[in-house]
Amino acid sequence: MTLITRPNLPDADGFLAELQAAHRGLAEAESAALNARLVLILANHVGSRAALSEALALAVRTGARGPSAPSRSPEDT
Amino acid sequence: MPYVHRRFPYRSPPGLTAPEPRHPVVIVGAGPVGLALALDLARRGQRVTVLDDNDVVSVGSRAICWSKRSLEILDRLGVGERCLAKGVTWKVGRTFHRDTQVFEFDLLPEAGHKMPAFVNLQQYYVEEYLAEAALASPLIELRFRNRVEGLAVGEDHVRLGVGTPEGPYAIEADWLVACDGARSPVRRMLGLEFAGELFEERFLIADIEMKADFPAERRFWFEPTFHPGQSALLHKQPDDIWRIDLQLGWDADPEAEKRPERVIPRIERMVGHRDFRLDWVSVYTFQCRRLARFVHGRVIFAGDSAHVVSPFGARGGNGGLEDAAGLGWRLAAVLSGRAEAAILAAYDRERTFAADENILNSSRATRFISPAPGAERLFRDAVLALAAEADFARPMVNSGRLSRPCVYPLGAPDDPRLPPAARPGAVAPDAPQGNGWLTEALGMEATLLAIGAEPPATGLRTLRAEINAAVADRYLGQSDRALYLVRPDQVIAARWVAAGAAEVEAAAQALWREPA
Ligand SMILES: Cc1cc2nc3c(=O)[nH]c(=O)nc-3n(C[C@H](O)[C@H](O)[C@H](O)COP(=O)(O)OP(=O)(O)OC[C@H]3O[C@@H](n4cnc5c(N)ncnc54)[C@H](O)[C@@H]3O)c2cc1C
Repeated sequence: MTLITRPNLPDADGFLAELQAAHRGLAEAESAALNARLVLILANHVGSRAALSEALALAVRTGARGPSAPSRSPEDT
Repeated sequence: MPYVHRRFPYRSPPGLTAPEPRHPVVIVGAGPVGLALALDLARRGQRVTVLDDNDVVSVGSRAICWSKRSLEILDRLGVGERCLAKGVTWKVGRTFHRDTQVFEFDLLPEAGHKMPAFVNLQQYYVEEYLAEAALASPLIELRFRNRVEGLAVGEDHVRLGVGTPEGPYAIEADWLVACDGARSPVRRMLGLEFAGELFEERFLIADIEMKADFPAERRFWFEPTFHPGQSALLHKQPDDIWRIDLQLGWDADPEAEKRPERVIPRIERMVGHRDFRLDWVSVYTFQCRRLARFVHGRVIFAGDSAHVVSPFGARGGNGGLEDAAGLGWRLAAVLSGRAEAAILAAYDRERTFAADENILNSSRATRFISPAPGAERLFRDAVLALAAEADFARPMVNSGRLSRPCVYPLGAPDDPRLPPAARPGAVAPDAPQGNGWLTEALGMEATLLAIGAEPPATGLRTLRAEINAAVADRYLGQSDRALYLVRPDQVIAARWVAAGAAEVEAAAQALWREPA
């Protein structure tokens, strides 16, 4: 695993509030566009293709719905 | 002045009156790929027959951008300098979003190469030069207005039914190379699947004649004010001809969009005036597809018959010329009995690998230019929005990654001390040599290139390179000597800082033998 999944962000509560504030008043499409730009900016900052692929997989996995969706994948164990 | 399509002569083929002896190799299609392959085989002493259903070179706006590798291939076939002299040399590309430049590239920042990164030259000129060279070759028989209509594949030969203005005849060939284009009748007659994707987008492609002093650069716009919400491309060609691509959207009506009363105002908005002549207009949709395999017994596919790509990146014709270079020396070796037919598997392996790389790059660019609604569009627009301000986003703006030869994965002898530009599988980089060039000195034969080293005594053709800054940079790196084994297609086969005759000979023999 290259991706850091343990808590690593100082003032995580503050960041979440800042993120939500940035989206306040935006239409859904504007919000989506803001997120897209943010993802690209952060991806460049991370700079590790392996970490990004793992992040993407984690995001996809945790969004999977339904009872058959696996809650853990082999990489987790 | 519009290009004048001269008719090539039709001659009654002997097969109309009496059975012809079996031909060693028949090429179907006298497009750039079939003609280049015919010349390559002839330069290697092979007799070849080319059948084409037509008797003129390519009509209308098709390929214009020819890569450095293509120019080097064409040069060995005797027409590179003509293409260079007639073509418009360029290496800088600029990409704009709305009306601001967001990205700029220089494709050949260093000197010391005979050929530039790209020339723009209408496909009809390239075909004209190739056809003239083929007509002048005593080993090539070009049969115009000979349409392949039937095909029967035997164990060790192929039988063709051919239609001519005077009626049908049949011929047999030991080998058939299908260079019959994207709609390949040979592929269809064999019932082979051509898998891939169609992009749901339409592009207006126009060649116009006008006097303009825009620089010889590739210019690409996303959402320019002159063509809102869509993309546009401008390229300079010889004879005051300019190539214009305008994205139209999937819902555009191709027939209506081709009408001058629709086209002229669109172009007027782009170039700012009406002082131009429409030379050719067409509306295209693009696809990326390939055959699963390029070699099917005695039938071999090369060029658009084997793979098609969308044109952003100019990988179609250039990829096809690379096919011809990768096939010619091997097929010649099979025809002359020097190698077993099994070595054609290496052509298949290398060129399907290359086709995948070309398809990957072409599809990514097409998706960036024409993203699907939803997230694909969202991220595309995010890149464009960021590119105005953030450096990192600029290289993500993708209007086409221009054709470069791939590096074949060879697993051949290598030495990590030598520079990556000349690693095994890569095309041998050019460099000045005396009054000429290394690509000229390498020629068409397998060559042992000795640089600052005494070459071991082998049966190979040996060339001692003159060391200069370009050679040192491209071939030596930190080392003071090196030995390079260069294939007949000028791809590097193996290299060593030092090696004995046995090692070099083993690597050379491996070129002509497919491992079991
Ligand atoms: C708008 C556009 C822009 C492009 N831009 C570029 C570019 O900038 N750079 C680039 O490298 N590529 C470009 N391409 C792609 C390039 O045009 C093709 O890849 C190239 O023409 C392929 O050459 P080919 O010899 O394989 O096939 P073709 O050029 O299609 O030739 C096939 C030949 O086979 C003949 N034939 C067909 N059926 C039969 C038959 N039954 N019997 C006998 N003969 C037959 C045809 O008459 C034709 O002469 C572009 C294409 C388009 C459409």
